[in-house]
Amino acid sequence: MADHEIEQPVTSTPLVVSRRDLIKGVIAAGAVSSASYLFRASAVWSQTSAPGAVERLVTLTVNGQQRRVDVMKQETLATTLRYKLGLTGTKIGCDRSECGACTVLIDDVPHYSCSILTHTVRGKNIVTIEGLASADGKLHPVQQGVIDEQGFQCAFCMSGFIMATVGYLKTNPNPSRAELAHGISGNLCRCQDYDKILNAMMRGAENLRRANRV
Amino acid sequence: MAVIHDVMPAFELFQPPTVDDAVRLLGQYREDAWVMAGGLDTFDWLKDRIKRPKVVVDLSQVRELSGIREANGGLEIGATTTLTEVVRHPVIRGKYGILSTGAEAAASPQIRNQGTIGGNVSQDTRCWYYRAGWPCYRAGGNTCFADTPTAINREHAILGADRCVAVNPSDSAPALIALDAKFVIRTPKGERVVDAEDYFIGPGTDITRMNILRPGDLLTAIRLPADWAGAKFYFEKVRDRNVWDFPLMNVASAMVITGGKIERIRLAVNAAAARPLRLAAVEDAVRGKEPNAATGEIAGRLAVQGARPLRFNAYKIPLMRNLVKRAIGGVEQAAWA
Ligand SMILES: Cc1cc2nc3c(=O)[nH]c(=O)nc-3n(C[C@H](O)[C@H](O)[C@H](O)COP(=O)(O)OP(=O)(O)OC[C@H]3O[C@@H](n4cnc5c(N)ncnc54)[C@H](O)[C@@H]3O)c2cc1C
Ligand code: SF4
Ligand code: FES
Ligand code: FES
Repeated sequence: MADHEIEQPVTSTPLVVSRRDLIKGVIAAGAVSSASYLFRASAVWSQTSAPGAVERLVTLTVNGQQRRVDVMKQETLATTLRYKLGLTGTKIGCDRSECGACTVLIDDVPHYSCSILTHTVRGKNIVTIEGLASADGKLHPVQQGVIDEQGFQCAFCMSGFIMATVGYLKTNPNPSRAELAHGISGNLCRCQDYDKILNAMMRGAENLRRANRV
Repeated sequence: MAVIHDVMPAFELFQPPTVDDAVRLLGQYREDAWVMAGGLDTFDWLKDRIKRPKVVVDLSQVRELSGIREANGGLEIGATTTLTEVVRHPVIRGKYGILSTGAEAAASPQIRNQGTIGGNVSQDTRCWYYRAGWPCYRAGGNTCFADTPTAINREHAILGADRCVAVNPSDSAPALIALDAKFVIRTPKGERVVDAEDYFIGPGTDITRMNILRPGDLLTAIRLPADWAGAKFYFEKVRDRNVWDFPLMNVASAMVITGGKIERIRLAVNAAAARPLRLAAVEDAVRGKEPNAATGEIAGRLAVQGARPLRFNAYKIPLMRNLVKRAIGGVEQAAWA
């Protein structure tokens, strides 16, 4: 596909199509192409074969699966995850590295997916909130901690907090409350109180230690 | 503040595998190219459409630029080493503690996991007029919006202003100056090594740049010499919020004390001027004296000589005076402690 072509991803659906259905349709289409309502044509300079030139069609490892996807040069990982791979558990709050709602793990390390190019994470292991529960549907111990403690209110910030916590616990599985607070200080919440969130995350850490012992 | 647009405007992206390839690309595209390391300063500019490079050269795949190794009794830190790696490195923690503390004071955990030391020292100013795209001096225009009677300039400069009153916001820079770090630069003509304090420039030298890099140049490494390993260190950052917040001011000092007297000292502050300031006159004044509150008092007074406040940042003068005082005399214990 040439850079300037915008493919209509869904052609045989009725005109009125909900955003969710559209996204599902796009996902079903396999190697995913640009959704025209979001992505403008991007014919910059023609492809060159200089060392380091990038291809648009890439394979990403997301939640243990290989996903083929058509990625623009300037596309952020959050955009790819949400609007091309349908993984809408990752939220976009600020799109400016200022809130943490978009936090995902890249090779086990928490990153703001709104602030990294998808092309930069080719070959890396990406884990989103959708990838935490086990195949049989059993929640991750930190997710369970959220339920145990009723940790969130609207929960828009929740997946970011959980991913930041899961990442932090890999470096320090038995943190004090103050250490965990510092470790997940790159995440904001606008409506719950941080004390309750910390209760949930501390409970999650405890759940995780217990799960790892057995 | 930030307005969320759909996606960034298009650019051509290169991810060169080696420094040589990166330098070749930068040489080829010159003014059209933007160097990107972690991208955490970069993306704001691109998303807000304030800077519109045609080509982005992403350094993330250049292995040789990342990592920390021992060299000549000191350390060499690759330019794309993340701040988190700098914070956690055992030798940096053990022998060059102010760098670890300074790097950890920056931004948020996720930003430190991705932001690089090279990007941290090369980041642009946070002046919001400039970052919002106002056509000021620094942007190539002929006025400063931060230095008018109604301007909001609480975070701006008290020293070294020349038309532009912006400050350098890096938290690692003053620590690197105190440690007498050397910056290694690849230019189209070859390699160049400069002292940390000479990497940064003020508006009097070039109002559109924060450092000496020219199009085509690459910062490849930062070297920490053995001279200051294990010295007596002080780092402090003052900010409004404990996370995500740029310094209102920070200070870093390294001292070697012999027989109760300051034998050698290096001292720097940032967010006071458009470049991190090494306070050489203060160093000269306190050498040979005891590192106590009285010496700190002298140092603090000397440090702020010539400071000129703007409408909302006069507090920075006593702030700087006190930070310098603490950096030399230490923090006095409260009477009841
Ligand atoms: C919300 C937020 C809060 C922040 N808070 C702080 C803070 O409190 N303290 C602080 O110090 N910083 C802070 N920062 C800045 C952040 O720490 C730095 O932006 C980060 O270290 C930059 O590293 P990077 O690799 O991501 O930079 P990039 O965006 O990749 O690069 C920054 C600049 O440096 C240039 N550059 C980078 N590497 C090289 C190289 N090797 N050679 C030549 N040029 C290069 C780029 O061209 C660009 O102009 C904050 C940033 C954000 C977004
Ligand atoms: S302080 Fe500098 S960057 Fe800010 S408006 Fe004035 S000239 Fe521009
Ligand atoms: S959406 Fe990424 S940090 Fe806010
Ligand atoms: S629970 Fe609503 S933003 Fe955190």
